[in-house]
Amino acid sequence: MLYDALIAPFVEFEFMRRALAGIVALSIGAAPIGVFLMLRRMSLVGDAMAHAILPGAALGFLVSGLNLFAMTFGGLIAGFTVALASGLVARSTETKEDSSLAAFYLISLAVGVTVVSIRGTNIDLLHVLFGNILALDDTTLLVITFNATITLMVLAAIYRPLVIECVDPLFLRTVSRAGGPAHLAFLALVVINLVNGFHALGTLLAVGLLVLPAGIAQFWTRDLSPMIAFAIGAALIAGYGGLVLSFHTKVPSGPAVILIAAVLYVGSVLFGRVGGLIQRLFPGKHLEA
Amino acid sequence: MIRTLMLAAALLVGSVLPMHADADKRINVVTSFSILADFAKNVGGDRVQVSSLVGPNGDSHVYTPTPADVKAIGEAAVVIVNGWGFEGWLNRLAASARNSSRGGKITIVEATKNIPALKDNDPHDHDHGHHHAGEIDPHAWQSVENAKIYVQNIRDALIKADPEGATAYRANGDAYVARLDALDREVQAAVASIPKARRKVISSHDAFGYFASRYGIAFLSPQGVSTDSEPSARDVAAIIRQIKSEKIPAVFMENISDPRLMNRIASETGAKVGGTLYTDSLTDENGPAPTYIAMVRHNIKALTSALAD
Repeated sequence: MLYDALIAPFVEFEFMRRALAGIVALSIGAAPIGVFLMLRRMSLVGDAMAHAILPGAALGFLVSGLNLFAMTFGGLIAGFTVALASGLVARSTETKEDSSLAAFYLISLAVGVTVVSIRGTNIDLLHVLFGNILALDDTTLLVITFNATITLMVLAAIYRPLVIECVDPLFLRTVSRAGGPAHLAFLALVVINLVNGFHALGTLLAVGLLVLPAGIAQFWTRDLSPMIAFAIGAALIAGYGGLVLSFHTKVPSGPAVILIAAVLYVGSVLFGRVGGLIQRLFPGKHLEA
Repeated sequence: MIRTLMLAAALLVGSVLPMHADADKRINVVTSFSILADFAKNVGGDRVQVSSLVGPNGDSHVYTPTPADVKAIGEAAVVIVNGWGFEGWLNRLAASARNSSRGGKITIVEATKNIPALKDNDPHDHDHGHHHAGEIDPHAWQSVENAKIYVQNIRDALIKADPEGATAYRANGDAYVARLDALDREVQAAVASIPKARRKVISSHDAFGYFASRYGIAFLSPQGVSTDSEPSARDVAAIIRQIKSEKIPAVFMENISDPRLMNRIASETGAKVGGTLYTDSLTDENGPAPTYIAMVRHNIKALTSALAD
């Protein structure tokens, strides 16, 4: 019974196994990035970046159809351009990062929509908005796992300055010049993971695997390494749970994954050990324990 | 200067008027959708001016009539419809046209007269609002044999509306029916070239009942699949299971418009992904199915190339 519900779908259908492999790779790459986004109070930046990527992916789509590399490349270019431009403007002028990013992603979005409507709108463009985790072919899987690997490697390289900048940016500036480059590299990782996500979940929901697992993890621990582990775990549970949910109900897979993550998030808000609502309302019990 | 202008105007009027007179001789025929319009054009030839309420690429099931349609119906010598509830919006349109037209007399001809009706016995078709299990399947034109009866009905209607043209309508009708006969044989020959065991497809179309019973290609509907919106993992799994268990060689699913997903299903089952099938409407001039004959040829080509070994 439990076997039928939880394991049989993956044994019987190759597309389910591929979806699971894709979601695992996505989770391992995106969840740590999400944690750093959250610690740097940039969770909404992820959302803005997703909008910034859309025009690039749409342009790639217009040039060569549903071509994986054209769309990835277009998305990366658009995302990098917006990330770098807003980062540079924020660091070299008095503008704050959030307003420069908002300005640049809106410019990117407007340019993208203009180009798309000049070339004639296409319903297929909706597939860019809503990727499909059930349709991962070999190359898409390879691209996703490749991007996840790159993410982990770069993250390992910039881990130290990134953490220090989260905690004490002034201290980092006094001891090292790595803050700027690390920040830019981090933004690049955000873009890579969003592009990764839109193959599987679409541009609109790709942010979900970045932001929600980190949001869940912060309710369970205050330490960074366990928090990253928690986030990855939450993303994996949401991914697996979402696929199973989509298999047994009529919920489309992408939204199903994010819905499971949302349920975990609400549960964490209520029952989380660190600052969860119940723990805040009845702190005594926890102190005794 | 003024004199020249007036002269020019007079010349213009003079040159335009005779054309008007010519155009007025043609009788106005209004059809409900583009396939009927194609039949009417072929039978009527130069003597009729055919317009279609639902144009090429339009969906007759969900059409919403406009005030211009009321006017068109009011001015038409004859209105040709499919009948059998295909044009659900027709009765109200005709009523308002009767109220507003001068004589209040509008001739509506059902082109499916004398065609043996098939019951729509597809129990899975609960997502379309237009017809339910047990009702008559209105898509009779998908069998070329029936198309000949359509043409005969239209010919009779035109003769009634314009008796002077009877000989022309008969000649045109006979010539067109001869072409349809040839088309019918063409389709049968094409189906005969497909091995018997491979004559079945999964299709989200519900319009091929008559085609299936005339030519012997089974159209199985995808079971338990909601045809709107994004398919869930369950939908995809159901399609894959069905293709495997019934050994179906090809899939025609327009509702799953994501080519990546169709390719995934194809590579997981070994079934081929078929192209577009045209059912309820012709395409415009530049499309692959600007006429009825072109539409049938397009469909049979899509089917044979997907079902061939």
